[in-house]
Amino acid sequence: MTDKIQATINNLPVEVPAGATILDAARQVSVRIPTLCKHPDLDATAACGICIVRIKGSNKMLRACCTPLEPDMDITTEDPEIIQVRRTVVEMILSRHPNECLTCGRNQNCELQTIAADFGLREICLDSIVPDLPIDESTHAITLDPRKCITCGRCIQVCQQIQDVWALTFLQRGIDTRIAAAGDISLADSPCVRCGQCSAHCPTGAIVEYDETQEVWDKLLDPDAFCVAQLAPAVRVAIGEAFGFPVGTNLTGKTYAALRRMGFDAVFDTNFGADLTIMEEAHEFVQRFSDPDAVLPLITTCCPSWVDFMEKFHDDMIPHFSSCKSPQAMVGALAKTYYAEKMGLDPAKIYVVSVMPCTAKKFEIIRSKEMRSSGFQDVDTSLTTRELARMIKQSGINFKALAEEQPDHMLGAYTGAGTIFGATGGVMEAALRTSHFLLTGENPERLDFQKTRGLDGVKEGTAIIAGHEIRFAVAHGLGNVETVLTRVREARDAGTEPPYHFIEVMACPGGCVGGGGQPYGVTDKLRAKRAAGLYQDDQAGLWRCSHENPYIQKLYADFLGQPGGEKSEHLLHTSYRTRKTYRR
Amino acid sequence: MARMTFADLAARAQARPAVANQPIIRVGMSTCGIAAGADPVFAALNAAVKDRSLDWRVRRTGCAGMCSMEPLVEVTLPGQPAVMFGGVTPEFATQIVVDCAAGKPLPAENRVPGLAELARVAGDPVPAAGEDAPRQYRIVMRNCGVIDPEEIDEYIDRGGYQALGKVLSSMTPEQVIGELKTAGLRGRGGAGFPAWLKWNLTRESKGDEHIIVCNGDEGDPGAYMDRSVLEGDPHAVLEGMIIGGFVIGATTGFFYIRAEYPLAIQRIEKAIRQAKAAGLLGKNILGTEFSFTVEVRLGAGAFVCGEETALIASLEGQRGTPRPRPPYPSVKGLWGQPTMINNVESLANLSQIVARGGEWFSTIGVGRSTGTKVFAVTGKVKNAGLVEIPMGMTLREVVEGICGGTSSGGPIKAVQTGGPSGGLIPATELDTPITYEHLQKLGSYMGSGGMMVMDESDDLVELSRFYLGFCVDESCGKCAPCRIGGTQMLRLLDRIADGKGTTADVATIKRLARAMQRASLCGLGQGAPSPILSALRYFESEFADRLVPEAN
Amino acid sequence: MSPTPTQTEDDVAVIAKRWKDKRGSLIMALHALQDRYGYVPREAAMNLGEQMNVPLARIYEVLTFYNYFRLKSPGKHVVSVCMGTACYLKGAPQLLSQASDALGIAPGETSEDGEYHLQVVRCVGCCGLAPVATVNGELLAKVTGESLAAHLPSPSVSNDGKA
Ligand SMILES: Cc1cc2nc3c(=O)[nH]c(=O)nc-3n(C[C@H](O)[C@H](O)[C@H](O)COP(=O)(O)O)c2cc1C
Ligand code: SF4
Ligand code: SF4
Ligand code: SF4
Ligand code: SF4
Ligand code: SF4
Ligand code: SF4
Ligand code: SF4
Ligand code: FES
Ligand code: FES
Ligand code: FES
Repeated sequence: MTDKIQATINNLPVEVPAGATILDAARQVSVRIPTLCKHPDLDATAACGICIVRIKGSNKMLRACCTPLEPDMDITTEDPEIIQVRRTVVEMILSRHPNECLTCGRNQNCELQTIAADFGLREICLDSIVPDLPIDESTHAITLDPRKCITCGRCIQVCQQIQDVWALTFLQRGIDTRIAAAGDISLADSPCVRCGQCSAHCPTGAIVEYDETQEVWDKLLDPDAFCVAQLAPAVRVAIGEAFGFPVGTNLTGKTYAALRRMGFDAVFDTNFGADLTIMEEAHEFVQRFSDPDAVLPLITTCCPSWVDFMEKFHDDMIPHFSSCKSPQAMVGALAKTYYAEKMGLDPAKIYVVSVMPCTAKKFEIIRSKEMRSSGFQDVDTSLTTRELARMIKQSGINFKALAEEQPDHMLGAYTGAGTIFGATGGVMEAALRTSHFLLTGENPERLDFQKTRGLDGVKEGTAIIAGHEIRFAVAHGLGNVETVLTRVREARDAGTEPPYHFIEVMACPGGCVGGGGQPYGVTDKLRAKRAAGLYQDDQAGLWRCSHENPYIQKLYADFLGQPGGEKSEHLLHTSYRTRKTYRR
Repeated sequence: MARMTFADLAARAQARPAVANQPIIRVGMSTCGIAAGADPVFAALNAAVKDRSLDWRVRRTGCAGMCSMEPLVEVTLPGQPAVMFGGVTPEFATQIVVDCAAGKPLPAENRVPGLAELARVAGDPVPAAGEDAPRQYRIVMRNCGVIDPEEIDEYIDRGGYQALGKVLSSMTPEQVIGELKTAGLRGRGGAGFPAWLKWNLTRESKGDEHIIVCNGDEGDPGAYMDRSVLEGDPHAVLEGMIIGGFVIGATTGFFYIRAEYPLAIQRIEKAIRQAKAAGLLGKNILGTEFSFTVEVRLGAGAFVCGEETALIASLEGQRGTPRPRPPYPSVKGLWGQPTMINNVESLANLSQIVARGGEWFSTIGVGRSTGTKVFAVTGKVKNAGLVEIPMGMTLREVVEGICGGTSSGGPIKAVQTGGPSGGLIPATELDTPITYEHLQKLGSYMGSGGMMVMDESDDLVELSRFYLGFCVDESCGKCAPCRIGGTQMLRLLDRIADGKGTTADVATIKRLARAMQRASLCGLGQGAPSPILSALRYFESEFADRLVPEAN
Repeated sequence: MSPTPTQTEDDVAVIAKRWKDKRGSLIMALHALQDRYGYVPREAAMNLGEQMNVPLARIYEVLTFYNYFRLKSPGKHVVSVCMGTACYLKGAPQLLSQASDALGIAPGETSEDGEYHLQVVRCVGCCGLAPVATVNGELLAKVTGESLAAHLPSPSVSNDGKA
């Protein structure tokens, strides 16, 4: 077989590498083929039948999304019959769909709706045969409405293959095929780790984030509540997609402004929490690294889906877990203690909203009693990027025209190290910078650790600090974790030197920039652009290491004392337990 | 049995089976025979023989093909032609023995045509057109109803495993493929893909291992050829598979058999044990370097698992949903390895092609449809059963000539081949020769071998609804055109059957049908509209009569 | 009558041991479970998944896909009426409704006393003798309403629930 394949699509010559599909080839020559079930991230499931094309002169139609181009194929992608067949298939799909766009979480943002609009159907000659199936909101992180499912299979592929969680399946068959949690139990009882990747890949409103915008509006309307918001690193480079900005545009200042317009009394930044996490975690790392008896590698814990996954399936790794809470949890705890104290506010009246790229954060804020370390629930509500975008639209704010604003610095100033938390490898890079400082008293000569960056599923590298070799690994996408943990276990069982000293894991492919609560349509290209936005922010920042953040220094001086000190321990650290669940 | 060697096999080929000097009584004991009451007949015969201390042999055998006349008992007295009795009761069976032992002639009642009158077998000359000779020609069913399927010796005595011996001792894989090519054998599972091409493709594909699978899912309701062969001559299928394994370089073979066929499963499992004991399976077969193991896996009630990619998914322990092809199983099949999937009947042809040569096989049948095809002729037909005919014979010859026309004696209304993915063929087209191409031209297809006969009392609107209902029940649900299209089409058909349909509904049915044919992922959805389209093509008035009259 | 947990644990262990290391064996193992109980009890299925290292999701997606597997106890006596094409043409629909009337249950149902289960099958490969029905696995050829009734085991006759 040759490496290049030459063929013809709509009379246009095309050359593609062997193995490329007809769809890939068509895109290359700017021929549009409608698709519904195919997601660029995932292998074709070939479930919808809308992408059909034909070989000229033949009766048979092929699925463009999954059929490799063969030499000298002569493809036609549109003729009256193809169009009629596609329209009929769309009509079929709509006949089994509750056409409830106006009140659907995907209104104006739905691949099915777009297809329906493109095909311009004005009438459905078929009976409506929408199944009567209950909605599953048990996780309080995602909402599963099986009636809206078009059984494309994307979510299953993500959940089973990419995340290796196996919480979702199809049950039954034929017309009764339905999407459900494993074993037909509730999602909350299933192995689901609430990463929301299913919702990020679903073409319809069948799986969406659990919507809590109304609760937040109610609080904003409550004159007694002192509402504060915090903005996660990954949100700032993604929210613009909802308002027509180029992917990766950093919109931190506009988002602060929007939050204030919506009625928040103070606006913090989760990046501040990220800097604080690094102070605590680097401290923890250096301590363990310097103690020959301490358990290594240390594993990061700021991703709640990963924490849940570990507690469910890898509980032997609990001793390796950093006890640090995630940045949002730290900011929440400080908002109701440090901030309240400084500002003379009644912490009972402070209402903390975190804006996250993440559906799992909705669960993290209630995952254990340590999430009430301030004496109240530290974070009251966690919204996803998508929810915030909707709230901004509801407010009627002209987002594009907003003037940039500053955060409330006490819990809002941040360094470049905090901002890169949102990309895979960012936590590792930030931690290495500060560890260097802690071990040597100075910043590393080069602040960039390139080996932590990029979209390879598992990244490994070595940093030389004060003559010590620090071996690290970064994994993202839970399916990639196994490789790393297997190596750790093998060394542990063999009693040999651990393969790594420090491991970062993020549940979502790409890290939080590709989070389950981010705007739709994510692909590796998008993930890379969003990440680039964060790295630019890092480069442009005044400070690039967490320990340089003057507001962090002030926080330790005025309130916390030492990293790992008693107050930190109480407010900023947590613990883990086994959560046995049904086997994956 | 001890492990056999080439020398043993050769010796068995030389030895002429001793002329029986004792009466032999054979009882058809396949599923259908047993259902019709063969067990008590067999017991009665044994008891009668034992009571009289007679030195007679009472044998169990497979399906002779005359299913509607079961239980069948064939008596061969030394030096006399065999006599076949149908509809035998235990009492009648006893009477046969009693009469015979008393020196009386065999009873005159309940006689039915014997095997020799029905069919020639492989090796016999093919009847010339018009010649007054048995019209059936048995390659696949040559041992069915003759040997005891549970005795490997009986198979070997009929020339069994000689082909395997020949292949392993004197042929290269390429030569076997060459014979297959000359033979022109096409897959009997439905689509009629040239067997040699598939064998060659699989052989040439790279992988950690090669796997061969025998497709014994036989889900087409009304078709049971494969069951019958598995029950009546399991070693023939097994031998075909071992040869296939050798040719493609496989070390493992799987039989995928539907769970609804317990006896077939039991017999093939027994055949595997016997072949293993005889050194015809397992390590170093017949003392050669070739090692090959075979395992049986069961289906679990899903018609779509007959489709090869769905079958693979099922074997892998998953939902039986088809996958897009390419990659074809020959390139990337079970566990990602090159996998050759062959139908039961396809494999059962193998030993004869090897033993007698591809040239011989190619002279049977017509054009690109060489060899024979087994059909299960059922429905409103007089002599329901299995027939094996050289391809090219007309539908009429089969349904009227061999099977005696309709059970009512009235005219035939239509015949359906190809099961739920096939089509209705009106009586006016019955003179069409049975070939892959001719059937397709009529809007039907060969399928696996179901042939359903309808008489004037059959309602074809109802029948289309029945077939479509089957496909809707059996749709795997993976792709929208089949999953939703089928269901919606069924609703429209329900409406028409209930007298509430309109011409617009018929138009919508046609539009849905086209979308299903073109946009469904696998043959189930692509073929599901065929029955109704053929009904509309040939019997449109039956539909038109039920529509709500146009108001204008 | 559901099996006790210890009973299933033992049974599952035996089945898992037999099939765990064989390729392509999940469905075989589920068959073994159903042969044992006449259906696949939920706990046993979960247990089997654990022992064979198959995700719960996979077990259930498979169990609910294949018609052959039952998730509920079918009752003592299983009556199957073939609704394949040959049987359909030879009057299976009438036979089914007769069976349904005689047993007082619709196809797919189990009688309240747990005695009978009526189901439809799609061809048992005995089409030449259509219409066909099976009672507890025993095939009846050219069945009529009367001959089927004559073959129904009386409720008191016990049977281990196997189909
Ligand atoms: C829905 C569907 C059901 C099928 N069922 C069977 C079957 O029961 N037995 C069979 O041999 N082939 C069946 N086939 C055809 C197989 O996919 C495959 O072509 C065949 O097993 C190949 O063997 P052959 O080349 O020997 O015919 C089916 C195909 C489809 C689309
Ligand atoms: S999923 Fe899409 S098409 Fe369906 S109701 Fe929601 S917006 Fe409309
Ligand atoms: S698109 Fe049509 S249905 Fe939807 S809101 Fe507008 S007018 Fe109403
Ligand atoms: S949230 Fe994550 S774990 Fe849960 S079902 Fe979706 S993809 Fe699977
Ligand atoms: S829930 Fe969404 S992603 Fe999953 S199969 Fe249904 S439509 Fe596809
Ligand atoms: S990277 Fe993830 S865990 Fe860390 S601050 Fe951002 S959203 Fe929170
Ligand atoms: S990677 Fe980020 S967005 Fe994804 S689950 Fe973890 S914290 Fe949430
Ligand atoms: S055509 Fe039907 S059976 Fe085949 S894959 Fe599609 S839904 Fe499944
Ligand atoms: S996009 Fe190709 S089948 Fe759905
Ligand atoms: S004679 Fe037994 S299957 Fe027909
Ligand atoms: S159709 Fe009933 S046994 Fe085949």
